[in-house]
Amino acid sequence: MIQIKGLVKKFGDRVAVNQLDLEIGSGEVFGLLGPNGAGKTTIIRMLTMLTRPTAGEIHINNCTLPADEEQVKAMLGIVPQHFNLDPDLSVGENLELHGRLHHMAAEDRKLRMAELLEYVELQERVHDKVQSLSGGMKRRLMIARALFHRPRILFLDEPTVGLDPQVRRKLWDLIRRLHSEKFTVLLTTHYIEEAEALCGRVAILEKGKLIALGSPEELRRRTGEYVVEWTEGDGRETRFFHDRSEAANFAGTLTLTATIRRSNLEDVFVEMTGRKVID
Amino acid sequence: MFQDISTVFWRDWVVLKQRMKTFIFSRMVTPVLYLVAFGWGLGRNVQVEGGSYLDFIVPGILALNSMNISFNSVGSPLNMSRLYHKTLEEYLVAPISPVAFVLGKILSGTMRGLISSAIIIVLSYLFGARFHVNIQFALIVTLNCMAFSGLGFVAAMLINSHEDMGNFSTYVLLPMSFLCATFFNISKLPTVVRTIIELLPLTHCTYALRAIGAGGNAPLASWINLIVYVLVLVGVSVWTMERVRK
Repeated sequence: MIQIKGLVKKFGDRVAVNQLDLEIGSGEVFGLLGPNGAGKTTIIRMLTMLTRPTAGEIHINNCTLPADEEQVKAMLGIVPQHFNLDPDLSVGENLELHGRLHHMAAEDRKLRMAELLEYVELQERVHDKVQSLSGGMKRRLMIARALFHRPRILFLDEPTVGLDPQVRRKLWDLIRRLHSEKFTVLLTTHYIEEAEALCGRVAILEKGKLIALGSPEELRRRTGEYVVEWTEGDGRETRFFHDRSEAANFAGTLTLTATIRRSNLEDVFVEMTGRKVID
Repeated sequence: MFQDISTVFWRDWVVLKQRMKTFIFSRMVTPVLYLVAFGWGLGRNVQVEGGSYLDFIVPGILALNSMNISFNSVGSPLNMSRLYHKTLEEYLVAPISPVAFVLGKILSGTMRGLISSAIIIVLSYLFGARFHVNIQFALIVTLNCMAFSGLGFVAAMLINSHEDMGNFSTYVLLPMSFLCATFFNISKLPTVVRTIIELLPLTHCTYALRAIGAGGNAPLASWINLIVYVLVLVGVSVWTMERVRK
């Protein structure tokens, strides 16, 4: 379990994360959703000890950061937003380095490499330099590397950013598989459909503050499950309803053409902040 | 700790093995040019301290070359790893101590410095230089390589652009290359300038190698100077690793 209490991160006068309280249960796929600059990556960086918090507490599986740093590092698998594979090493050497850094025995490293390269379907590329891999392959290799030392918690920071839709779906399948294997997954994303497709619960962030927390279904229910959308003047207008017939009745009263659709997390975000996740 | 140091070293060794031929040939270019220009060319008609100029400058070339190689073996790749490839994060999130990482990198830079020094020793003998090489000689070169690997580490962690890494070499290493008693005797320089130069590790490396090369012993002050630089730069390197997480 991950517990975050009163977490604050300031860079000079700028507050990147503002008094964040969160609890993420074991085996949960939890999403941090928000636009660029919402503080998602900073939260991941604090959880992974790449950045020290300005204030607040972080507890991971009964360990406290930064006091129990060594134990926590062994529990975490991290896939950052940017590709940070070693370009001078091959696919296999990147995994080998990770295993050595996590003090795995030589025999175990060998077995684990075969197992994980098969898992991410890269067994044919073991001797290839990482520079020769496609974006999707690099991301899969980064996931394999993060899983190499058998962590129970996986942090995925914008795992599908920059990937084409087909590769993105493949990665979603991989994340679903991790969930079925009882991994705790914390992922950040600014793709609404990704959060809806993968996450059991979502925290919506805006300018470092938590503005909503719950399952995608709950959040949509709170705002209204149906949206009537129409164009008036230069702008797009929306109104939320809890059932479809109310939405249809309202649409019938409009003199302009309106559409009725199910709401999504983007609507929740717009309703709460007045702006889109991707502006 | 030893396991972590060897892991950091292992990574750099794997990369070096792939490029060993290129590394060896590229490291021969500068010393050969120095030996041709200053040894055969200018040096033919010059006598220094009663001996040939070639014998005089070989310790200086060894000192400055091991400085450059060690600095650049650590500084440039680490700066790229921190700022561009972001591969440093892999070490920061792993359960290894900053001390182990620093020592692994410094040892790797030292190894490259020593390989290139061995190449220069062979080349110098081929050019006809006469000097003694023994354990003391190797230890001085090792300390010099460690000090400048450490300086490369500190620069890589504190300098925030690759261009400024180049500027650091231009403003710090290049003047040292020429002024630290490598190519001429500094005894005739103004006292203030000489005093500053005599605080620098490269000067002491050159003094020590020249003394050992001539069949004597390294001055105690040179041992102390180099050891102090190594310890201070390892300490500052560890501090920069802690600082990078703030």
